[in-house]
Amino acid sequence: MGNTSITGKSWPDRIFDFIVYTVVLFVVGITIYPFLNVLAISLNDSVDSVRGGITIYPREFTWDNYLKIFTFSGLMTGFKISALRTVIGTLLGLLSASMLAFTISRPDFQGRKFVSTFLALTMYVSGGLIPIYMLIKDLHMMNSFAVYVLPGLVSAFNVFVIRSFIDGLPYALQESAKLDGANDFTIYWRVILPLMKPALATISLFLAVGQWNAWLDTYLYNGSSPNLTTLQFELMKVLQTTTSGNGGDYRSNIASLASNQVSPESLKMAITIVVTVPILLVYPFIQKYFVKGMTLGAVKS
Amino acid sequence: MKAETVTAQIPPDTRKRNKKPASGGRFWKTFKNQKYLYMMSIPFVIWAFVFSYLPLWGWTMAFQKYKPARSFFEQEWVGFEHFKTLFSDTQFLLALRNTLAMSSMGLVAGFIFPITFAILLNEVRLGIFKRFAQTVSYLPHFVSWVVAAGIVTKMLSSENGLVNDILLGIGFIDAPVQFMAQGHLFWGIVTLSDVWKETGWNAIIYLAAISGIGPELYEAARVDGASRLRQVWHITLPGIRPTIIVLLIMSIGNLLNIGFEKQFLLQNNLVTDYAQVLDLYSLKYGLGMARYSYGTAINIFNSVISVVLLFTINGLFKRTTKESLL
Repeated sequence: MGNTSITGKSWPDRIFDFIVYTVVLFVVGITIYPFLNVLAISLNDSVDSVRGGITIYPREFTWDNYLKIFTFSGLMTGFKISALRTVIGTLLGLLSASMLAFTISRPDFQGRKFVSTFLALTMYVSGGLIPIYMLIKDLHMMNSFAVYVLPGLVSAFNVFVIRSFIDGLPYALQESAKLDGANDFTIYWRVILPLMKPALATISLFLAVGQWNAWLDTYLYNGSSPNLTTLQFELMKVLQTTTSGNGGDYRSNIASLASNQVSPESLKMAITIVVTVPILLVYPFIQKYFVKGMTLGAVKS
Repeated sequence: MKAETVTAQIPPDTRKRNKKPASGGRFWKTFKNQKYLYMMSIPFVIWAFVFSYLPLWGWTMAFQKYKPARSFFEQEWVGFEHFKTLFSDTQFLLALRNTLAMSSMGLVAGFIFPITFAILLNEVRLGIFKRFAQTVSYLPHFVSWVVAAGIVTKMLSSENGLVNDILLGIGFIDAPVQFMAQGHLFWGIVTLSDVWKETGWNAIIYLAAISGIGPELYEAARVDGASRLRQVWHITLPGIRPTIIVLLIMSIGNLLNIGFEKQFLLQNNLVTDYAQVLDLYSLKYGLGMARYSYGTAINIFNSVISVVLLFTINGLFKRTTKESLL
């Protein structure tokens, strides 16, 4: 950069700069516009919204759409279950992935090779939709909360990310703890776990996003249990009412919501915001860690 | 070998607990010493067996006339009958075409866009703008496909949809286009939706790789009078080549799990011929109509196709770059 200031920028470089900024600005625009648009419509008077033409700010501001949707019982249950599965799924996922990662990071562990190979293969082996569905059915896990947590408990990818992080810690720490009489579990819990914070922060972000955003398991296994519904599933039902014909039986929901001459469009957007905002709130806290974590994941192989 | 040295280091007082070495010799002795390590891993090995390997046993259903009420030994075996039905079903052939089309389009787009975006972002010299652009670009990664599909549908809508508004505004079209109702646009819509959602996130890793390239390389190129474009071509791209290869391996591994979330959420009855991928087809015919054996046959075929794809791509890759991904 020092010598550009002396020689001035050449024309090709100026054109290059122009293209770079234009494209990046374009990407920022198309990424952020839909969100602002959704937010604006959700805060706009629902009857007025039908006229269209709302861009990134509400024309007739109101909180009504939000007040309306909070009276919808499916949404409240969905919120509770989604929050619960996110917390429980993330904690159990962290615990199991870090434990497994700890055992396969130990060069002296004689089961190491078997455990890591057995685990690595799960990334490539998949029985497919129907066999997994039948298994869940045979295990009597249909219409249960467990189906949100158990089948996806361990992700081999996460285990290997954490493991490569542990490999970066000095092994002498473990050896000296052992000399002090600590057993392997104590070493994991007292020595390794506290040092793993950056890796755990990243993994917890992955897990929480996955849990909060999941809807397919509700659709496949818990669709007939209204008390186990999730927020994403409720939103899916509402959104699918107009976009396709396969949501016929859900029409009653939106019909009950849409009474009182409230247009579904503004309500849909309000629900979309309610579903999206909680997970976006977590991410500034973890942002500083995840670039590190993402890079770790790729360095492993 | 290393196991022995560590065992030897175990202080006498912990050994006392395992006073009687098992007759199995060294293995059992170490096993006892490492009992906590086993306790911390065996439950998950069992877990993986149940939820990842046991479904493979379910593949037997594809060769039976499976009835849920009967035990395994009472099932009627029919050999490859379901596979024969499969290959004569035009719906299946469409699903196969759609799966291959969308997964290959996704693979290509999933590389070109994040790499390009990372390189462009790296060329942004204005620190604040760079950070802002990057933070914004992650945003869609955190929303669910339910939300993303809703947004895509809304933006492409023929009533006040942004894309139609812009195209009408610049006079490119005379009347709004119903994008979501056009079958031949569906593959493109799915691919671009994915690009919209994941490009920023997937660029993180390339940006990290780019920042690892030594600044002295760029310095030298500048002294030699290389333009910015030439610096990208001759320094940045070769610099992130190893990262690209590692990620290619991982994404090819993911070809084995061709998802159907996007297709499920973006489809409608008008575009089924282009939207139905193999998993969606098995969902509709296998679960929806309780034809479990037929659905399993589709799943098996899906896995087999993925493995074939994996080896084909690996073969092509090997021929062009003399490097193997597997």
